[in-house]
Amino acid sequence: MIAELGHFALILSLCVAVAQSTLPLAGAARNHAGLMTLGSAAAIAQFFLVAISFAALTHAFVVSDFSLKVVASNSHSLKPMIYKISGVWGNHEGSMLLWVLILALFGGLIAGFGRNLPPPLRARVLAVQAMIAVGFLLFLLLTSNPFERLYPPPANGNDLNPLLQDPGLALHPPILYVGYVGFSIAFSFAVAALIEGRVDAAWARWVRPWTLLAWSFLTGGIALGSWWAYYELGWGGFWYWDPVENASFMPWLVGTALLHSAIVVERRDALKTWTILLAILTFSLSLIGTFLVRSGVLTSVHAFAVDPDRGVFILLLLIIAIGGSLALYAWRAPTLKGGGLFAPISREGALLLNNLLLTTAAATVFIGTLYPLLLEAVGGGKVSVGPPFFNATFIPLMVPLVAALAVGPLLAWKRGDIMGALSRLKVAGAVTAVALVLCAALAWGRPILGTIAMGFAVWLAAGVVTEIAERIRLGRIPLRQSLARAGGLPRSAWGMALAHIGIAGIIAGAAGATVWKEEIIHVMQPNETMEIGGYTLTYDGVQDSRGPNYLTRKGLFSVSKDGEPVTKMYAERRRYLVGGQQTTEAAIYSTLAGDLYAVVGDNDGQGGQTVNVYYKPLVPWMWIGSTLMVLGGFVSLSDRRLRIGAPSRKRRKPAAAQPVPAE
Amino acid sequence: MTRHLLAAAFLTVVMGLTGPGLAVQPDEMLSDPAQEARARALSAEIRCLVCQNQSIDDSDASLARDLRLLVREQITAGKTDQGIRDFLVERYGAFVLLKPPVNASTWLLWFGPLIVFILGVIGLTMFFRNRAQSGAPAATARLNADEQARIARLLDDMEHGSESHESGDHGKGDKP
Repeated sequence: MIAELGHFALILSLCVAVAQSTLPLAGAARNHAGLMTLGSAAAIAQFFLVAISFAALTHAFVVSDFSLKVVASNSHSLKPMIYKISGVWGNHEGSMLLWVLILALFGGLIAGFGRNLPPPLRARVLAVQAMIAVGFLLFLLLTSNPFERLYPPPANGNDLNPLLQDPGLALHPPILYVGYVGFSIAFSFAVAALIEGRVDAAWARWVRPWTLLAWSFLTGGIALGSWWAYYELGWGGFWYWDPVENASFMPWLVGTALLHSAIVVERRDALKTWTILLAILTFSLSLIGTFLVRSGVLTSVHAFAVDPDRGVFILLLLIIAIGGSLALYAWRAPTLKGGGLFAPISREGALLLNNLLLTTAAATVFIGTLYPLLLEAVGGGKVSVGPPFFNATFIPLMVPLVAALAVGPLLAWKRGDIMGALSRLKVAGAVTAVALVLCAALAWGRPILGTIAMGFAVWLAAGVVTEIAERIRLGRIPLRQSLARAGGLPRSAWGMALAHIGIAGIIAGAAGATVWKEEIIHVMQPNETMEIGGYTLTYDGVQDSRGPNYLTRKGLFSVSKDGEPVTKMYAERRRYLVGGQQTTEAAIYSTLAGDLYAVVGDNDGQGGQTVNVYYKPLVPWMWIGSTLMVLGGFVSLSDRRLRIGAPSRKRRKPAAAQPVPAE
Repeated sequence: MTRHLLAAAFLTVVMGLTGPGLAVQPDEMLSDPAQEARARALSAEIRCLVCQNQSIDDSDASLARDLRLLVREQITAGKTDQGIRDFLVERYGAFVLLKPPVNASTWLLWFGPLIVFILGVIGLTMFFRNRAQSGAPAATARLNADEQARIARLLDDMEHGSESHESGDHGKGDKP
């Protein structure tokens, strides 16, 4: 009964979305206030209807209603409650429902927060948002109905894939989706601006915070997924250039470019058409990512051809959404005129360099991910495009980006002074040189690449510190005044500094984990010891126990350093009762210097146990760096300049908006 | 999501067959550390053919193990890395290499990113050149609008004190 309510609410939300995608548009064209306001009401109604539907599905998972097909194939009554709930999005149908829920949530947020937007713009934005919703609601209802019943219902379910029964992965999809789908706002604003034929300050002020919000979540989601892979898959890898990873990384790269070009629109009224294109491309890549993951095309082109329903539907959606918006762009963009002039060497120019490198990087990932599919589709044979390809093409693009990242923020708007900026980076350069020498000495005889990467990380971090120090005139005015200036810096400045320092952390961590890792693979007997990364690891034997829905064998280790005991840890091998699948749970001892990481494998039948032990220097810096990036996003978002609906906003808006119309 | 759903689905299949975990086993490893290091580096470039986007160095599938042993056999027999790659390609096709060779069918793959970059640079150059050419008249014609925009921005800044001004023009700032 509750499931039918959910199904019914979903159908109703489709009806509402159809109305929302058409009537406000007509209202905006005819300047009909009633029709325009209808958009907001519809957006909120649509959100509540999808939320009811989502709640109904969640209820089915919580009470283990196995008469629903998705519940029966993805849940089990023994499963811990948190994984019953995360099971809602741990499958195709539920995850698409979550996708639509977040889309509707953002529509509702525009309706709720957008009261100070010009009514025609708001009406058009909501209409575009609803068009996307119509497509995906149809997709859900026609090809992936989560409320499909089973008769007779099975006594128990098939359980959720045990790899997904993990706190990190329970949260990963919703966070990632908020990012992924959050870019729909930038897209809807871009399309609305093209329909209107004008991009004004109100537009830019709106697009940037929403992009920032989506970007922060996407960054967090990707980082969480990477962290999960690191501790759960048992290889200690964190990024595999897997197509499914790339699917979320492409919108991140272009979204990052968008975030930066939107700054130029907001502050300098330039790069408007380019920013609109980036907004369209970012969400298009989100859609392409959804297609890649949801259509089955990744497993093989043939799987897609055999069961093409879902794939063809999403492909069609893709063609309509991307093709339509790009056609609209080609038609309308030339009417938008750019504003502020600037020299190539300027802050704007630096942001353009950022855009060039990030979009090229996204293109590289795009080509690498889709090439095998396209080549096979045109009968050109099978090729593999794996990590060695991406490392060889992607990293060279990141090198100039990181090098320039320290310089760009020191350039002035309009016309910058590159020599002046570099001379202000003298101290940073000296710090980098010292760090390089230290690193080379410490890591003597190990791959030089690691040292080079550390050099870049230190250069970037020192550049960020220089930039803040310059702003607060550290050392040139009394310290108290500097501190007062630091307190007065806008939050967006701190947000930028945090995010950029975060990148330095990620570079250091990634380089340590890959270039400098140590690894020992060995059959260990109880009480045997090994030396790795300065630690002494003693194997204490195994211990069997059972968890809520699995049996587990723990390999116990004692860790000591210089004869002093440091910690005890255990690595697990779990066997899940329902499906019989096995998983590994790594033992990880983390310090700022690095991670000691151990996994246990098979026993040799004579009391010995195969053990893989890694020492991965600096890995925690990767997670700290990612956290700083996300934090930077939110700090910047809390800047009063961007806080939507801040009281001072309304009064000023007409004055600020007036002189800037693009037409 | 989802990044891992497929990976996970595939892992389930593999794990159901062979148990979790560890790819390279102690009994596979070569006694000479230099040769073993070569084998590891080479293995990371060889695809586990039955897996989804995993190298034989990362995979615990039995085929991956067979290939790892094969690579080590060939290293012990004194073959060069390239010789081993060629051998594997002959046996399994170019699909086995995670880093595809540069040839007619992968030309676009390898040079596509470069082409995109060059197009981007050309686009940027044209952008700046157009502006430089039309710059003088456009600047005079639009001076008023620009100034107004600037005034609006200054007013804007005044509203929340000097902070915004700081963020815009720190350091040497705009030359008047």
